[in-house]
Amino acid sequence: MDHQIIFAGFGGQGILSMGRFIAHAGLHEGKHVSWLPSYGPEMRGGTANCNVIVSDEEVGSPIISAATALVVMNQPSLEKFESYVEPGGVIVLDSDLVPVRPAREDVRVFALPATKMAYDMGNATFAGVILLGKLLAETGVVRFDSFEAALKGILKPKKHYLIPQEMEALKAGAEY
Amino acid sequence: MKTVFERPHALIDKPLHYCPGCTHGIIHRLVAEVLDELGIEGTTVGVASVGCTYNSYEYFNCDMVQAAHGRAPAVATGLRRSLPDRTVFTYQGDGDLAAIGTAEIVHAATRGEKITTIFVNNAIYGMTSGQMAPTTLVGQVTTTTPFGRKPELHGYPIRVCEMLSTLEGAVYVERVAVNTVANIRKAKAAIKRAFLVQQARLGFSIVEVLSICPTNWGMSPEKALEWLGDNMIPHYPLGNFKNVTLPSEAPAAADNAKE
Amino acid sequence: MGEKILMKGNEVIAEAALRAGCRHYFGYPITPQTEVAHYMARKMEEIGGTFVQAESEVAAINMVYGAASAGVRAMTSSSSPGISLKQEGISYAAGAELPLVVIDIVRCGPGLGGILPAQCDYFQMVKGGGHGDYHNIVLAPQGVQEMYELVVDAFNLADKYRNPVVVMGDGYMGQMMEAVEFRDEEKIERVAKPWAACGSEMKRPHNTITSIYIEADVLEAHVNHMYEKYREIERTEARVECFNCDGADVIIAAYGTCARVTRNVIKDAAKLGVKVGLIRPITLWPFPKAAFEKYAEVPKGFLTVEMSMGQMVEDIKLALNGRNHVSFYGRTGGNVPGQKDILGEVLKIARGEGGAEK
Repeated sequence: MDHQIIFAGFGGQGILSMGRFIAHAGLHEGKHVSWLPSYGPEMRGGTANCNVIVSDEEVGSPIISAATALVVMNQPSLEKFESYVEPGGVIVLDSDLVPVRPAREDVRVFALPATKMAYDMGNATFAGVILLGKLLAETGVVRFDSFEAALKGILKPKKHYLIPQEMEALKAGAEY
Repeated sequence: MKTVFERPHALIDKPLHYCPGCTHGIIHRLVAEVLDELGIEGTTVGVASVGCTYNSYEYFNCDMVQAAHGRAPAVATGLRRSLPDRTVFTYQGDGDLAAIGTAEIVHAATRGEKITTIFVNNAIYGMTSGQMAPTTLVGQVTTTTPFGRKPELHGYPIRVCEMLSTLEGAVYVERVAVNTVANIRKAKAAIKRAFLVQQARLGFSIVEVLSICPTNWGMSPEKALEWLGDNMIPHYPLGNFKNVTLPSEAPAAADNAKE
Repeated sequence: MGEKILMKGNEVIAEAALRAGCRHYFGYPITPQTEVAHYMARKMEEIGGTFVQAESEVAAINMVYGAASAGVRAMTSSSSPGISLKQEGISYAAGAELPLVVIDIVRCGPGLGGILPAQCDYFQMVKGGGHGDYHNIVLAPQGVQEMYELVVDAFNLADKYRNPVVVMGDGYMGQMMEAVEFRDEEKIERVAKPWAACGSEMKRPHNTITSIYIEADVLEAHVNHMYEKYREIERTEARVECFNCDGADVIIAAYGTCARVTRNVIKDAAKLGVKVGLIRPITLWPFPKAAFEKYAEVPKGFLTVEMSMGQMVEDIKLALNGRNHVSFYGRTGGNVPGQKDILGEVLKIARGEGGAEK
């Protein structure tokens, strides 16, 4: 299986970290992975995106030309990357932040009120993880336990107390 | 028979390529005498710069590195950081240090690099035949100020010691001259102290040596020495601009000496 | 070998240098390679090495020049406009035969250009850049794992040949994260440096590090000596990957990120019944001419893919010496040649319609 996933949104939403978690989790499963961030002028405009590939085979180009999934957290990113998704692919979006839905009818769209769900859980920063839950559930890119292992690997020990709550958020997203 | 005068070991026995009457020979000798007296020829690395002294590495008996124009303080930084138990000095002229290499000398000084700079200021570019230097005096005729240096056209000469002494990292800053025997003796004392400051790892040390260029000034050596005293010293006052206490001079050391 | 860990290319560069025994780093901040300096600043302080944030790119390369003169392994890193400033020091180091390592994480130019990835420093690194007759050894990794291996090799090659070695990657090579597996122990090829200016201890004649030779015949003899060294490097150190080339209809020549995109193109083309090969120079200098000579008769010809207006294409034409047609496809400004666009060029060439010329 070859997962080619684009994560996109505003800077500060944790877009690059979402990609890192998936790449780490993929590596934990012994998959071939790459993580390529946007670092160009658009970053100065406050948007961020990254290309993450999780594959059974060695990764060729780290640049995604046809995405198997797109996770978006703002409207401009949806407009920019919608066309990258291949037919049958998945779009996961935060419906609180992306008011206008994708025009595509040949892709599977999952709209979650992730920002509101995160607020209800008491931590606004969980919106991204909630979306990742749906991504994992629909694409199977990585297992939940691998995701937990990635959190342990990336988060500083003093932040490890957050992991159970992050996993709750992940499940909430998956089950939405 | 007692030997009262000989060539310092740190100076190679070789004819200098400098013009007749040039005082680089004297300054080379002073540096070499200091290396001898401190017994550090074998633990010192010198950095030659670009200008008349580009091949000073052929005269000093210690290890030498030839640097690009103006870059001697950066090269010395790399050497000194790699050789923590060695002594490193640069030997630079006014064009090298105060024009093309201004950034390098200012930042080596402000970082407090444990290096010693011998800065030879003769107010002119010698090697390239007599152009205006950053230290050329107002009114001084050079091949690029043929009607004299005019502030409105060419700006003003830089006083390097005054400028560098404002930086915390520069701990020993002194200006000397080699126009008289008495001044030559003071110059040697300053150079020696600059090396001692480095050995004590106290910070950056620099000695500016006012020097002559009879060829490009268009004067006899005697006249040039007079001109230095009459014109350069009034603009570039001699003396210490910044000093620091050596470990051997600290009160505790003095007490120990008494006991 | 240890476990695989996910790291950014720029951090891997710094870690590789430390593992290769480099304890002296001098640099100046510039996007997109600044993480090298961040990593070095932290680690050098921890292990008692040297990290200096220099006042300029010019000063940084000259600090490396000084450290290399003392005989230690030293490095600087920068990106294209910064590399332009370092060329003076690189020329001096080549002339003085100093072993040092320069990392260039290339961004698009000319001028201030932009910060996005490019390969438009090929000329300035491979063809000289600074003044005089000299060569850098230039290594071009295609990913994070190879970045690690080539940075370690760079220090060994620099010491072996007393020559500057450049590791050149585009901005994506520096910014991307991939898995890297470090060896338990590096293969550090230490060579004696009796020439180093590190203090004679009065036990030998004084050493001089210099690139100045005022007499014509003396300088010519020195240049000839350097070129004998370069000929040996050309004979023994050229590295290349030839992938899928036997029986290929078309061969793509590409390095770095362009080579990675080409791997996808090869799969896409295979589905359409076109066999595409890849010749990937790993050393840009010495240029792996032999690989091009070997496959010179590829039926439909060559396509060079670059993130420049066609700089490497000239070396391919020289290597082929007119024996086959060389088409070119490149993007600039920070754009990367797209998989579909390259495929389109390949199909045109395969159909005998001819590709675009440089």
